[in-house]
Amino acid sequence: MIVADRKPIEEIIEYIKDRDKVLIVGCNECVTVCEAGGKKEVGVLASALRMYFMNQGKEIKIDEVTLERQCDHEYLEEIRNIVDQYQAIVSLACGVGVQFMSEKYFKTQVYPGVNTCFMGVTEERGVWSERCQGCGQCILATTGGICPVSRCAKRLLNGPCGGSSKGMCEIGGEVPCAWQIIIDKLTALGRLDDYEKLAPLKDWSKERAGGPRKVVREDVRQ
Amino acid sequence: MRLRYPDTIRIVRLPCTGKVDVGYILRAFEKGADGVYVVGCMEGDCRYNRGNLRAKKRVAEARRILNIVGIGGERVQMFNLSSAEGPKFAQIALDMTEKIKAMGPNPVKLKKMKKAA
Ligand code: SF4
Ligand code: SF4
Repeated sequence: MIVADRKPIEEIIEYIKDRDKVLIVGCNECVTVCEAGGKKEVGVLASALRMYFMNQGKEIKIDEVTLERQCDHEYLEEIRNIVDQYQAIVSLACGVGVQFMSEKYFKTQVYPGVNTCFMGVTEERGVWSERCQGCGQCILATTGGICPVSRCAKRLLNGPCGGSSKGMCEIGGEVPCAWQIIIDKLTALGRLDDYEKLAPLKDWSKERAGGPRKVVREDVRQ
Repeated sequence: MRLRYPDTIRIVRLPCTGKVDVGYILRAFEKGADGVYVVGCMEGDCRYNRGNLRAKKRVAEARRILNIVGIGGERVQMFNLSSAEGPKFAQIALDMTEKIKAMGPNPVKLKKMKKAA
């Protein structure tokens, strides 16, 4: 999933303080799972903002809605009839959802309500960590299904640097060395021979370095 | 035990304090409550293991938010006691009422009332 973290309420207050009517829009998918932008978080933020402005003697109408997704037209369309009532929207979806909303409702200001962080997993409730950087040319087949692009601090593709120590990365902060995990995994698979094979040069143009990317599938396109 | 406690208190029953949500607490203040307290079982005695420990964290989060919005985090508090401690329940009700009275009404409620007047 896409992992996001809540933005400080103070930051959102700054965005909307001069508006009269604001809609807070949550998303039922990724950001609900990482507890940053689902229906519950929308309720808490909206309630906090309403109380803050009321206490300041400012009248701002703050409404709430949570959509199934914000990265698909069909769900974003659900608010078409009400969008014009608001001067601004605070979207608690990931940056993808915020942008799609902003593109679709071109005359409406859309603010981000979360900080979008990475594609990752729920290690345990309250702990999420990165697993993929969408490099566009997945190499997991040769690395035991563990990604050195997203999990090795130096994105090394042919084994660890000299800083790997007791399974931990030299950058510190309790980051496991991706290459240690890869070697452990290949050992468990009995495929340590794979580790000896040199990885071919990676085509980084398929990553973000090649500019904004797009996937077009003529077979499913309408 | 026919214990008395202040009649200004509204009891909201939940199956376990683990059901307490930050949103519930905030909404109570938004609707005009002057204070909110959560009464859970003793730590370590939760029938669902961690319900009261979850509640403790949510109360702390509600406090943080109430401080930001200017209502004051001290207006929400958590207490732990066993079901055999009726007198303590009544005492907590008294203490909390006194504490909130000393703090005065919820400022957001006052603003709302002023606006309506
Ligand atoms: S808008 Fe973002 S958070 Fe919501 S479903 Fe799409 S990718 Fe996930
Ligand atoms: S190799 Fe690329 S696509 Fe595969 S998991 Fe790593 S970053 Fe993601």
